[in-house]
Amino acid sequence: MAKQYKTLGEDIWKNKVEKINAELFTLTYGSIVAQLVKDYEDFTEVNKQLEKMGYNIGTRLIEDFLARSGVGRCQDFRETAEMVSKVGFKMFLNITPAVTNISADGREFSLVLDENPLAECVELPDQALVDELWYSNILCGVLRGSLEMVQMQVDAFFVTDTLRGDDMTEIRVKLVRYLEEEVPAGED
Amino acid sequence: MNATHSSSSSGGSGIGSGPLGYGNTPTCYFVMIGTKDNPIYEAEFPAVNTARSSSGGATIPEAKKEEFRHLNQFIAHSALDMVEDIQWSTNQMYLKAIDKFNERFISAYLTAGNIKLLLLHDAKSEDAIRNFFNDCYELYIKTLLNPFYEPNSIISSAAFDTKVRLSAKRYL
Repeated sequence: MAKQYKTLGEDIWKNKVEKINAELFTLTYGSIVAQLVKDYEDFTEVNKQLEKMGYNIGTRLIEDFLARSGVGRCQDFRETAEMVSKVGFKMFLNITPAVTNISADGREFSLVLDENPLAECVELPDQALVDELWYSNILCGVLRGSLEMVQMQVDAFFVTDTLRGDDMTEIRVKLVRYLEEEVPAGED
Repeated sequence: MNATHSSSSSGGSGIGSGPLGYGNTPTCYFVMIGTKDNPIYEAEFPAVNTARSSSGGATIPEAKKEEFRHLNQFIAHSALDMVEDIQWSTNQMYLKAIDKFNERFISAYLTAGNIKLLLLHDAKSEDAIRNFFNDCYELYIKTLLNPFYEPNSIISSAAFDTKVRLSAKRYL
């Protein structure tokens, strides 16, 4: 099952996706974070803003993802995890984070990124290490936004980050609940 | 004072000590100077590649070392004028040895962003210094890619410092 996602992801990356220069991407994201840090001066606030930006991106990105990949509904949250890591991340960032630490009830998993294109050549200032700045927090927002559009409310947050001196970069994704389709107000 | 210095540095670049009692400290002084003549990074590398120099380093008292540091800065900054003259005559980034002070040479490397890398050293092979400068230039470029680094500001990263010292150990 995982194999077919992997090949699907690679196939889409090779054929159906337009590519941009990686350095340009890294520098653009870097200047966004640097500017946010300068403007807000409070790293918790910067984290929140990055997550909000990610959320807005995620709600739109899911359409792109479904259109290009043409996959159907996932059977359970485990499949969602595989789909996100092997197809989603591969398609947009050309990385395949490993899915680890799936909880017993299958409602939580971790994504371990061994390379992070957003954070090439980045060194956090000392103050950012003291207060918690999660440099790539936009990814958490993207996960939350895109999964919400497919009826899953999740909590995504960073556990460790190599930029902060930890061994690896890990995002924890927790399923809060499945969202029911709501009838729009005014209709019977 | 002079006698101590000349006996300890048996090899190196000559026995002479300058008019200020400035003996042969076998250290190289490396400084990176920004566009407004502001130093953005400086480091000293004791020359550890020869056995004779290790004894030389031990006999210099700490107070004298401070003086050498000030003198090094002074020498390097006075060489800046030479850099600005020579930079128009060549299209190379590596300007080789541009100035001399007593027995010490000053080599310079000018980056495209008008950052000057200066090295105070005793007689050394040009190639070694060229390689060292190239290494430092690449490390500087990586620093520039860091979004949190203000161009022309002081480089305080410990990682940068470690890598520069490693490169110095290899080439100098």
